[in-house]
Amino acid sequence: MNTILPILPEVVLLVLGVAILSLDPFLKEEHRRPVLGWTTAAGLLLTFVASLLFARPGEPVLVYGGMLRFDWLGFAFQLFFLIAAAISALFFMDVDHLNRRAETYLLLLAATLGMCLMASAADLIMVYLAIEMTSIPLFLLAGFLKDDEKSTESGFKYMLFGALTSTVMLYGFSLVYGFTGTTSLYELNLHFSSFDLLTIGVVFLVLAGLAFKVSLFPFHFWAPDVYEGAPTPVAGFLSTASKAAGFAVILRLFLAAFSLQEISANLGLILAVLATLTMTVGNLIALTQKNIKRLLAYSSIAHAGYAMIGVVTFSQLGAASTVFYLLAYILTNLAAFGIVAAAGKVTGSDDLDSYRGLSRRNSTLALAMLVAFLSLAGMPPFGGFVAKVFVFAAAVENGYVWLAVVGVLNSIVGLYYYLTVLKYVYLYRMPGEDEDKHPLPVTRPYILGLVLLVVGIIVVGVIFAPWFSLADGAALALF
Amino acid sequence: MDFMTHHLLSLILFLPVLAALVVFCLPSENLKAIRWTAFAISLVPLALSIILWMQFKSAQPGFQFTEQYDWYPAIHSSFHLGVDGLSLTMVLLTTLLTPLALLASFNISDRLKAYMLLFLFLETGMLGVFMALDLLIFFVFWEIGLVPMYFLINQWGSEKGERELWKGVKVQARNYASLKFILYTMGGSLGLLLAIQMLGMLFRTFDLQTLYLKWAALPAGFPMFHFFSAVLTAATVKTIAFWAFVVAFAIKVPVWPFHTWLPDAHTEAPTAGSMILAGVLLKLGAYGFLRLVLPFYPVESQHFAGALAFLAVMSIIFGAFASYGQKDFKRLVAYSSVNHMGFVLLGIAAAARVGISTTDAALNLSKNIALNGAVLQMFNHGLSAAGMFFLVGVIYERTHTRNLDDYGGLFPLVPIYGGILIFTSMASLGLPGLNGFISEFLVVRGAWPVLTVYTAIAMLGLLFTGAYILKGIKQVLHGPLNEKWAHGEHKLTEISQREIAVMAPLMALILVIGVYPAWILDVINKAMIMLFH
Amino acid sequence: MHFPILSVIVFTPITASLLIFLYKPEQKKAVRITALAAAAFALTLSTIVYALYRRDVGGYQFLEEYRWMPFLGISLKFGVDGMSAPLVLLTGVVMLTGVMISWGVDDRPREFFGFLFILASGVFGVFASLDLFMLFFFYEIAVFPMYLLISIWGWIKTREYAAMKLTLYLFIGSVIALVGALAMYWQSGMHTFDMLQLEHANFSPGFQRLWFPFVFLGFAVLGGLFPFHNWSPDGHVAAPTAVSMFHAGVLMKLGAFAALRVGIMLLPEGARDWHWWVMGLALVNIVYGAFIASVQTDFKYVIGFSSVSHMGLVMMGFATLTREGLLGAGVQMFSHGIMTALFFAAVGMVYDRAHTRDIPKLGGMVKPLPVVAVGMIIGSLVSMGMPGFSGFVAEFPIFLGIWKTQWLVAVIAAISIVVTASYVLLVVRRVFFGTMPAELEGHIRPTGRLDTIALVLLCALMVGLGLVPSLMVPWVQTGVQHVLTLLGGAG
Repeated sequence: MNTILPILPEVVLLVLGVAILSLDPFLKEEHRRPVLGWTTAAGLLLTFVASLLFARPGEPVLVYGGMLRFDWLGFAFQLFFLIAAAISALFFMDVDHLNRRAETYLLLLAATLGMCLMASAADLIMVYLAIEMTSIPLFLLAGFLKDDEKSTESGFKYMLFGALTSTVMLYGFSLVYGFTGTTSLYELNLHFSSFDLLTIGVVFLVLAGLAFKVSLFPFHFWAPDVYEGAPTPVAGFLSTASKAAGFAVILRLFLAAFSLQEISANLGLILAVLATLTMTVGNLIALTQKNIKRLLAYSSIAHAGYAMIGVVTFSQLGAASTVFYLLAYILTNLAAFGIVAAAGKVTGSDDLDSYRGLSRRNSTLALAMLVAFLSLAGMPPFGGFVAKVFVFAAAVENGYVWLAVVGVLNSIVGLYYYLTVLKYVYLYRMPGEDEDKHPLPVTRPYILGLVLLVVGIIVVGVIFAPWFSLADGAALALF
Repeated sequence: MDFMTHHLLSLILFLPVLAALVVFCLPSENLKAIRWTAFAISLVPLALSIILWMQFKSAQPGFQFTEQYDWYPAIHSSFHLGVDGLSLTMVLLTTLLTPLALLASFNISDRLKAYMLLFLFLETGMLGVFMALDLLIFFVFWEIGLVPMYFLINQWGSEKGERELWKGVKVQARNYASLKFILYTMGGSLGLLLAIQMLGMLFRTFDLQTLYLKWAALPAGFPMFHFFSAVLTAATVKTIAFWAFVVAFAIKVPVWPFHTWLPDAHTEAPTAGSMILAGVLLKLGAYGFLRLVLPFYPVESQHFAGALAFLAVMSIIFGAFASYGQKDFKRLVAYSSVNHMGFVLLGIAAAARVGISTTDAALNLSKNIALNGAVLQMFNHGLSAAGMFFLVGVIYERTHTRNLDDYGGLFPLVPIYGGILIFTSMASLGLPGLNGFISEFLVVRGAWPVLTVYTAIAMLGLLFTGAYILKGIKQVLHGPLNEKWAHGEHKLTEISQREIAVMAPLMALILVIGVYPAWILDVINKAMIMLFH
Repeated sequence: MHFPILSVIVFTPITASLLIFLYKPEQKKAVRITALAAAAFALTLSTIVYALYRRDVGGYQFLEEYRWMPFLGISLKFGVDGMSAPLVLLTGVVMLTGVMISWGVDDRPREFFGFLFILASGVFGVFASLDLFMLFFFYEIAVFPMYLLISIWGWIKTREYAAMKLTLYLFIGSVIALVGALAMYWQSGMHTFDMLQLEHANFSPGFQRLWFPFVFLGFAVLGGLFPFHNWSPDGHVAAPTAVSMFHAGVLMKLGAFAALRVGIMLLPEGARDWHWWVMGLALVNIVYGAFIASVQTDFKYVIGFSSVSHMGLVMMGFATLTREGLLGAGVQMFSHGIMTALFFAAVGMVYDRAHTRDIPKLGGMVKPLPVVAVGMIIGSLVSMGMPGFSGFVAEFPIFLGIWKTQWLVAVIAAISIVVTASYVLLVVRRVFFGTMPAELEGHIRPTGRLDTIALVLLCALMVGLGLVPSLMVPWVQTGVQHVLTLLGGAG
């Protein structure tokens, strides 16, 4: 039993995937959407519960020949991914052409599986495999709507960019192996003892692939186009779980391999600069967006920057704050994209103009949007506020006060455009001012998903102690 | 009974407020009830102040009927009341004039309730100033008295008349007058406020008697403040503070050249408002001089006595000349206030010149006489000015004009009114046998040895006082009869019983003081002797 | 059983808010009644806290502590002292009168009261908070509802601009202060956000000198300190009436209070180093605010700038670091809060009926709106610092404090008194007295019952405090005593 436990979630996911695939031919057309969707969601929930109950790690231990490390970091992230996937499954249920195909859900599950592996990967090869295993289903999901030009373009772009960067990363890995003779993450720090040209080179090469995954400057260019083109729930899943998975790898790789003071100090500075650029570019360009999906895309880029601040410090508090940030961010961003999906389905457009008078068309949906966007802005009593405070606190603690100030200034810019969106929702009116003739109904899966997310955002924002100790436990596993 | 004697001053002070509350509860339409309730209750403070007068022991030094309660201990200010001869006289004046003013207001019907409320609040404000033995409380009541008068002028003042401001902007005369009144006075009290703040900060108390001692005890060379690199000694600060106090009170008295608010305010105010304004409010300024300026700044007063005398004389002369040149009856009487109050300041200036610690018995005597004259003049002018303004109001109500040229030879039409007018004018003129003579004589007698030249010039003013009063009477009562008022719709009616009732107490007092001033002079005299030793 | 009265006060509004959001949009009456009940309840409890505060004992009372995140030393800690108890009471009063005045809001009242109450909870939370993290938490909660309230229900001409400006300004201020607070957290080495403990943190003088401006100015932005006051006049004017009442009446006090609590009390050395600068800025507030107010032609802008001027007095009182100055500032926060709430209520009522705030176009309002006129008169007298009203009780000690520190500043500041008197009397006379323009005749409906009650309540407080200073001064004095102890001896 012990040998299965570390990969219990992955195994259950696999079983679930097979089950879905097997179930598919036997379903009648009109049953496909509910059965597939709810089954996937329920299955993921079951996985979540099972992992929570049975697959809790003790002391960190390398398993499967050192391929995976069974510790709290991986565990925490896996829980995050499962939640994100479950809710995304719910959201998939209302996208035409996606919802009646079992392949959609299978791809979702496959990607989730890959992410779970990414979170616990302790060996460079495993890292690469897991990344690929995550990315390929996501490429497909992004481009799934083959009749939609934008979707196919998005999938294609995603794949090209992803392939390119992961190749570069692989080259970096090979260099590492060449110079150190090992691919195990936990043996690397013995070999990287000084910050020389080699280290820098390796870092940048590796960073290429990882930065792509988390959309860090300067590898963020793909994000707006991909998010805009992909089906909205897919964009939501991409922007949250996939990004978090990338961060899991970054945390583990950098904090394990480059833990030496001399390297980490300089590396921290480089990452800090990248984080600054990411935040700033993301926020500034978001100011100009008129398409809400692109706006959210740039906003996600900026959030990657904020999350990076915690990594920069190379400290336990920093790592914990990043993990916590990602939790809050997943809940928030998923909610934001979910709302966009629900609204977009009825209005048929993703322009900001189509959100005029939303508060009169469906005031509850508007409230959910309020919660999500204010959490993105970092306002209490929502998770985004606490997350930002912790990240800034970590920065201040470790002498990166300037970075905290940059983060703060960026938050202000962010606040501006988030409030602007809310202005459309609450202040502006539809051209004919006849909102009551244009109600905006939301289907049951969306209601369930959004309710769970909104509650989650508020809970994480108000009663944050248990979540932070989870994050802290995860961070502890890195040191 | 015991409660009454122990809280007599508070009762007098707050009864008007109580009256206001009662009036507030009356229905707005029942004008008769409002009038009579207000008038009736306002007689109670008068009765109480008469009792106060009776029970006051003039030979006893210091303040009597004192009461002290905690008010604002955090800044060392307590609610401290008390009277001596000086304030007792003023209290009596106030409680006497207020019912008369209310009685005079019986012809008002527009928003009568608000009018009465304002008057009653005003009475409390004025009484508070006279009774205060705490500098902060003094200031509080000083300021409180401004607001009701502002509204009285503003809302019930004469509706005709416009003033032009800059750029051709025209405003109603009463708006102009009321705003000028309140801003001028508040601006003047700004210096007073700052000085009070400074005193409070320095000595951590606002108790008057304590402050007298401590402030005087401050040595002249004591360094007090820094002005950039210079050090301000106590002497300098005291001089600045002295002038701050003087300006504030000079505006109120009013003393030339700070008097310019008065003609407008008096003229535009409703009749009863003018009565109180001239009768009592001006005395607040003079009271301030006596209660605060002289005791706080004996050295500076002595030093600047000449300047004060100069201003006083200018007020006397200028007031007289200006009065003489007026065509508006009310404005004539208004300027006469400047003229009469000049004498008050002259007496004060003389006393200041002599100073506190002088051994020369003759000078001391003169000082006392001057002060007596000043205070009595305050009381007398209160009576006569109130009377004059009321009489102007009487004729205005009937003729709807105040222009002296519009009158003429009215005596046969309204003989009783004419008689009363002549009587009151004579008091104002200073005819021997009436009260004005006594006080003016005392001032001149007291000031002559001390400020001879100024007093001599002041006598010129006295000459013109006669001139303008006689001119006034002549234009109204004597000369050819203006036919307009003799027949038809403008036919003049005689002075009514109510109006006579307003004038009667005033006339009685004017006569009594003129013939037998001892009852009041005795109180004043003893108070002055004790105060300025 | 120790009743957690402060938590109940803090969370009542937000609970009511949640309840209100559950109603259907059409249930307007239910929304209003719930709001009124919640506000009345909160006010009752605030009054109880105020009345039961023991002045003889002093210090922080009604303490409650719930461990929120022991790892970082964050706890939900509530308590009031002599400075904050009046402010809690003030919030209760403004909340209740605000609800009464807003009874007529007909465009989505559900959202209006929902957001307003989130704001109210934030405000209560800041005043009652004794944990630095939670103070920020509640502080931020008080910021974002302003954006929504102003931009949705505000004055069409400037609401979007004013709302955005206000929110960004306040947010900037608060995050700057947050960085300072985080620095304090780490520097103290105590690993706690508990303010009572941080009072004894003994930060080095250099640290205090560096971080005091961040913290003080960050919060002072919300207090309207020059030159960071720019958001305030536009924000005041654009906001709907109840929001203006909250904004000027309570929110600006939030900034000043937090500046005191976190800036002066936790970094006393820094306060000593910088207080001349703050005095200078506050002086500009006082004088400049008064002059600018006097040239405005929009009724609401007059009041808006007058708020800037009066908050300057609060800041000045703090900056003197003297017993009297702090006392006056504490009372002024309450007095000005009530006064300005009344002003904005009055302005709102006039605007609702006349649909203009242009002073030349108004006049003669006393006849249809006598209660409003009397309220405005009383408010004006408070504004001028007329003795007999709460304004004098507040301003006089502030001036005493200024005299103790620098007499020249007192003389200059006194100019503002006359300027204030002139413009406020003129405005009241022009709007309420004189002749009513013909277009307005017959369109001015009288005030409703709730409006009248609200106005009377506010007037009674101003007059009561003015006549009987001991109704509030002893409370503030105990608070001041504590501040002075932290500053190192009696000032």
